[in-house]
Amino acid sequence: MNQQVSKQQIEEIWIEEEPYYEAVGEEIVLFESAYNNKLPLLLKGPTGCGKTRFMEHMAWRLKRPLITVSCHDDLTASDLVGRYLIVGGETRWIDGPLARAVRSGGICYLDEIVEARKDTMVVIHPLADDRRVLPMEKVGEQLQAAPEFSMVVSYNPGYQSVLKELKQSTRQRFVAIEFNYPSADLEKRIIVRETGVDAQSAQNLVKFAEMTRNLKGSGLDEGASTRLLVHAAKLMVSGISPITACSAGIGQALTDDPDMVAAVQELSAALF
Amino acid sequence: MHPLSVVELEQRLDQVLELDLVRLSPEQAAQALAPFSREQQERALHWSQIAAQAHVQIGQQISIHAALALPLMSDEVMGRWVYHALDLYDRKGLFPAIEAVKSVERYAAEAEARARGVGFDETVGMLSHFLQGLSGRHLQIEEGESLWTDSEKVFLPSFVGHFEQRDDNFQLYKAQLVTLWAENWYGTWRLVQGEPVQTRISQWLSVRADKVRDLAFLQRLELIRIDVVLKRVFPGIFRQRNRLLQMVGTPLIPSGWEYAVAALSDLQASLETSLLWLDRLDGEAPARLCYQEIWQIEAVDSAARARSEKERGSFQYLLWKMADELQLTEQEQQQAKFEWHQKENGEQQESVAEVELLLEDQPVAPPEIMNALTRSIIQDFGELPPEYLHPVGDAQFDPERLARNAQDVWGGTYHEEGAFLYDEWDGSRLNYRKGWAVLREMEAKLGDGNFVEESIHKYQRLVGHLRKSFEALRSADLLLKRQENGDSLDVDAVVDAMADHQQGQEMSDRLYLQNRRYNRSIAVMLMVDMSGSTKGWINDAERESLVLLCEALEALDDRYAIYGFSGWTRKRCEVFPIKRFTEPYNETVKQKIAGIESQDYTRMGVAIRHLTALLNGAEARTRLLITLSDGKPDDSDDYKGEYAIEDTRMALLEARRTGVHPFCITIDQEGQEYLSHMYGPAGYTVVDAVEKLPFKVADIYRRLTL
Repeated sequence: MNQQVSKQQIEEIWIEEEPYYEAVGEEIVLFESAYNNKLPLLLKGPTGCGKTRFMEHMAWRLKRPLITVSCHDDLTASDLVGRYLIVGGETRWIDGPLARAVRSGGICYLDEIVEARKDTMVVIHPLADDRRVLPMEKVGEQLQAAPEFSMVVSYNPGYQSVLKELKQSTRQRFVAIEFNYPSADLEKRIIVRETGVDAQSAQNLVKFAEMTRNLKGSGLDEGASTRLLVHAAKLMVSGISPITACSAGIGQALTDDPDMVAAVQELSAALF
Repeated sequence: MHPLSVVELEQRLDQVLELDLVRLSPEQAAQALAPFSREQQERALHWSQIAAQAHVQIGQQISIHAALALPLMSDEVMGRWVYHALDLYDRKGLFPAIEAVKSVERYAAEAEARARGVGFDETVGMLSHFLQGLSGRHLQIEEGESLWTDSEKVFLPSFVGHFEQRDDNFQLYKAQLVTLWAENWYGTWRLVQGEPVQTRISQWLSVRADKVRDLAFLQRLELIRIDVVLKRVFPGIFRQRNRLLQMVGTPLIPSGWEYAVAALSDLQASLETSLLWLDRLDGEAPARLCYQEIWQIEAVDSAARARSEKERGSFQYLLWKMADELQLTEQEQQQAKFEWHQKENGEQQESVAEVELLLEDQPVAPPEIMNALTRSIIQDFGELPPEYLHPVGDAQFDPERLARNAQDVWGGTYHEEGAFLYDEWDGSRLNYRKGWAVLREMEAKLGDGNFVEESIHKYQRLVGHLRKSFEALRSADLLLKRQENGDSLDVDAVVDAMADHQQGQEMSDRLYLQNRRYNRSIAVMLMVDMSGSTKGWINDAERESLVLLCEALEALDDRYAIYGFSGWTRKRCEVFPIKRFTEPYNETVKQKIAGIESQDYTRMGVAIRHLTALLNGAEARTRLLITLSDGKPDDSDDYKGEYAIEDTRMALLEARRTGVHPFCITIDQEGQEYLSHMYGPAGYTVVDAVEKLPFKVADIYRRLTL
């Protein structure tokens, strides 16, 4: 086990350059006022629609370090708050990422919060209301959050599983911002800006994404996200033929069903 | 081996087809088959027998036409010919199947083309995804005699074998599908309001003199218009279509049509443009293109009429509901004035415009279900007709109709509305009979509630014991020691590690305690045999077992459901919900358990398929399907013996594939023979005496889920 978890590292995740982000609605203003009012935020939206990029952009804008935790189903409260480790024959308390963000006044972003274990949610509750404290049972401490601290969680309501539903007691603590795929024009602009692909190809990619989104629910769990379009466009810029780029960058990434892969391939062949 | 004589053939045919039961004569077939070699005769007998298992008349027709088929077809092609007919029988009934048998010569002639061609079955899965991706109203793909659409379904020929290369045939097949889609999406089948609603084309056609000439010209003009749009929007599709035309050698644009083409190339060009230019063209009617369909204007008219009536009702009802949610008074609702306008959407040129609904000049957000409806209406009319914009309350409209999708109701011969249709496995054909068994969920009868109390009293001591042993199974927290990762340090492990360290040995890195919540997360479906053979004390034993099991299960968090099943032929399979997953164990459930009584037969496959589907809807990590039964699957029609066992086995295999664990508890002492074939060697238990059933069932369950 790596006992040299450097205490400084995470606090030093400052974003120096402006991450490219195109506002779809009023999310930037909303985020800023929620932040100024010390309200925690919940970002909802399908995968690859720009939630993480938005967070980077906001961290840059507000000039705060961004601490991202990707939640998984084995993530326990200790993983967030901290634990005792053995250092040189002694036990020593090491803060978890959440505790570090709380101390240093960073923005803690818990990505895909529903994936975390249910008992993990409970530790974020006192942080997510006006108390803004992190109870650290094992050291007998109540950590009061720095004024600049902010907590943001994200989740994808597209997963229609009862087990992966956010509890009311959790969700009713947050200001929620809904994200969706950008409009066709905006999405085209994003692809051009991110990859430098020509406008016609970008437009075709957007049209292609729309076609895959038509298939959502009848064979595909999700349509192609903006992220996948960016991938395909990058491949195209490096000289891969559009149909191959769409197949490798989008079609194969979306599904394993051979009929569906073939159909997606035909759809891209229809456009290029 | 010498060939069979006419008399011998007659005997054999009688035997394999059981013709004497239905008073059909084998004479004609026997005469025809007599000149063939023994090997060929056996082939004919073999296929006749397989067909006769589905229907004796098909078998007889096969035996008669086998004489024609034998010189023309290899054994493999002959098998396909027979299965083709049987498939038709399953889906459409006897008459089309016999027609297919009779057209043996055509089938043989096409067989070669089929080998390099592209068929419906192999491509429909992929093409329907493709079609849905293209946008527009959902179109159902079906196999038909020819290429046509009624604006809700598209019919593709069963195969295309026009070209030498398989890929070219596939491109042609796809191009044909694209034609049908594009006519629907780019407004060839525009509707006009009126009494009755009809297509613009049929309105126009009614006043034309030379209908044949006009339609030929119009169809080509529309194809040109569509290809112009495709060139703009789907350059890939356009290229492929163009290549096909070049291969066939028919140009899309006849000579002398240049001006018309220029007009059709305009961004604003529509069906009206084609109608306008039609009279300015002369010369011979253009020949058919390879991807051109056969217009069935009347079919489009009648489908459109039904659809527009339904959609108008739904739309007006949804408007009313929206007004209702805005809490307008009744009078305001009556006068609520909805309007719409087209959304600006940049450079995107779409045939169906995005629109925004306005109420009193304010944009309103319609519910999701309304968006698809609005698009479908605009796809039909090119606008939201003013008649549609008046809200109409629920008194005049049944919202149930909204939920019912036309394609959910089987379009075949049987029209089994509201029933579930399941495929059935035919072991001798190694193929599914499609939509074969018709299953309904029936209301379970209520019985005497005292039965439950009496049973509990009767088995008082057992109930207490069961509860205790079941409680021991409950979910519990588990503290895992010596883990690599965990919530807190495991002091014992740390001390050991330190000691090792002091001695210069390697330190273990397993120093943590981990809290694991052990979660049973089990859903169980109990499938209770209600066949006639359970009458009497077997039924009593079943009911008592259920009572004891329910009492015991109440001590656990396991989700459970109880369904009885019975049936009488494939058309009347029934399941009786005694307790659904969502229902608590209450008085009604107790009465329903008491009310279980023996019914008819045991058609097991369909019941397993239905209950597996329900079981998969329950949220749990482990899913169990437990069957309580007294014997073999069996029904009054041909669902017997090997056929029934193979179908049941296949249904269980399907269940296993979805992650369900099937198990069978039976009192049939001869059960070993077939149960291990159906459920696998560890998938069943035979209880050796009926009266022991109540003692055993709960215990078996406990051991299964330990």
